[in-house]
Amino acid sequence: MANTDFHLQFQDFEDGQGFTENNQDATTVSIDDPIKSRKQRKATGNAFEEEDSDDKTELLSGQKKSAPFWTFEYYQMLFDVDSHQVKNRIVGSFLPWSGKNFAEVYLRSNPDLYGPFWICATLVFAIAISGNISSFLVNYGQPKYKYVPDFRKVTMAATAIYSYAWLVPLALWGFLTWRNRKITSLVSYSFMQIVCVYGYSLFIYIPAVILWIIPSEGLRWCSIVVALCLSGSVLVMTFWPATRADKPRISIAIISAIVILHVLLAIGCKTCFFSTYEMDSSKVHNEPSTATNTSSTKAN
Amino acid sequence: MAEVEESSKPMFAGLSDISISEDIPVEGDISVPVSSHNADNDFSTLDEPVKDTILRDLRAVGQKFVHVMYPKKSSALLRDWDLWGPLILCVTLALMLQGGSVDSEEEGRPQFAEVFVIIWFGSVIITLNSKLLGGTISFFQSLCVLGYCILPLTVAMIVCRIVLVGGSGLVSFVVRLIVVTASFSWSTFASTAFLADSQPPNRKALVVYPVFLFYFVIGWMILTFSPSQ
Repeated sequence: MANTDFHLQFQDFEDGQGFTENNQDATTVSIDDPIKSRKQRKATGNAFEEEDSDDKTELLSGQKKSAPFWTFEYYQMLFDVDSHQVKNRIVGSFLPWSGKNFAEVYLRSNPDLYGPFWICATLVFAIAISGNISSFLVNYGQPKYKYVPDFRKVTMAATAIYSYAWLVPLALWGFLTWRNRKITSLVSYSFMQIVCVYGYSLFIYIPAVILWIIPSEGLRWCSIVVALCLSGSVLVMTFWPATRADKPRISIAIISAIVILHVLLAIGCKTCFFSTYEMDSSKVHNEPSTATNTSSTKAN
Repeated sequence: MAEVEESSKPMFAGLSDISISEDIPVEGDISVPVSSHNADNDFSTLDEPVKDTILRDLRAVGQKFVHVMYPKKSSALLRDWDLWGPLILCVTLALMLQGGSVDSEEEGRPQFAEVFVIIWFGSVIITLNSKLLGGTISFFQSLCVLGYCILPLTVAMIVCRIVLVGGSGLVSFVVRLIVVTASFSWSTFASTAFLADSQPPNRKALVVYPVFLFYFVIGWMILTFSPSQ
């Protein structure tokens, strides 16, 4: 009796769990389905177990992140984050609790490209807008000055920020991978994880850049130092485990290179886009030096 | 138990005899319900005067403008998307932002091409972003919505130019600031009303923020526009 009825009776699966486990080979209409079923699980689970359900769904469904990089699905996997995850990562990027490794705690083999891309875009526009506002305020009282919005700041800022956010991780990843062949270290990061860490570490500059509108040198240097300390320490704590196993000379060289590049970016942005007095623009700077010349001709 | 299994066998055995392709006749009519658009498409729109064609398209664009100005959750914008409206708005905005005169003062002001590229490139990137985050809206529908929601900002640009004719002191700046802020929040709110349903619920903030940034930058360009003397 029970045997015949078993096939005919309605079987109640749990919310999404049994469905994804048992119907691995179910006909799928679109390639998006595995990702949609993961999302259904996430939508029904509580926020408390969000981070754990990431690892669980990967293990249970057996889907590894291995779509080839020319398909849309590969990039969709890189955007597989929720709003509160992004918020947590942003907060973690400038509050360095001692001992917590950003990549370990927040990324956990789920690096995303959403944060780095939009933080860089916001920073580009914040620099351009604040630079325009500050030059307007500085020259406000002068009679012959006519405010013209300088649109080239956007393109210059975009070039500088995006190349920092992509080329420096590329160089760092290449160097760490090369060293990893000689010395097995405990921690090794993928390229996307390094890009992610760098992208999120730029977040603290957004409020700093907005503070730079106020034309006071002391305040500007103060905010630079604070921002550098916070995000620099997060970067150092992230990369220190990866280079600790190496020779002390090389590991110190890497860490100091990371910090120096971070400092150069901040000071470069400040000098190129926010000159307080016209004589400041005659300072020659290492980074985009043509920009200094154009800003000095514009101020006249 | 044995007799139950015996009786179950013929029940299931009968099932295996049915082959769908031979025994059950499949025939019928497949007719796709055509809307009035398609019915007209084949022969009558080719013969009608050009004025009718243009007026029909303009009327469709105008109807969508009304939908944008009073954003209720309607699907008209998504169903019958078109890119004429965004093109008209984008060209108007870029022309007005250019200032209309070519002299040496122009070196810093956004050029026509820059505004055009920002609007279209920005819309494409926001659409890609929402699709990558798992949105179910199609590419051109999203472009259509984002383009149509520039309408409040274009209206604000017209108002700003009128205000600037009167003078460019502090009062006019405050007035322009209020107008641009109101229209940029209207744009963001309108586009969110159209796009919100197609996003997964726990990622709405991630999708709305780039839209906010996009309209903020356009509003900034409008606010800082200063005419050349």
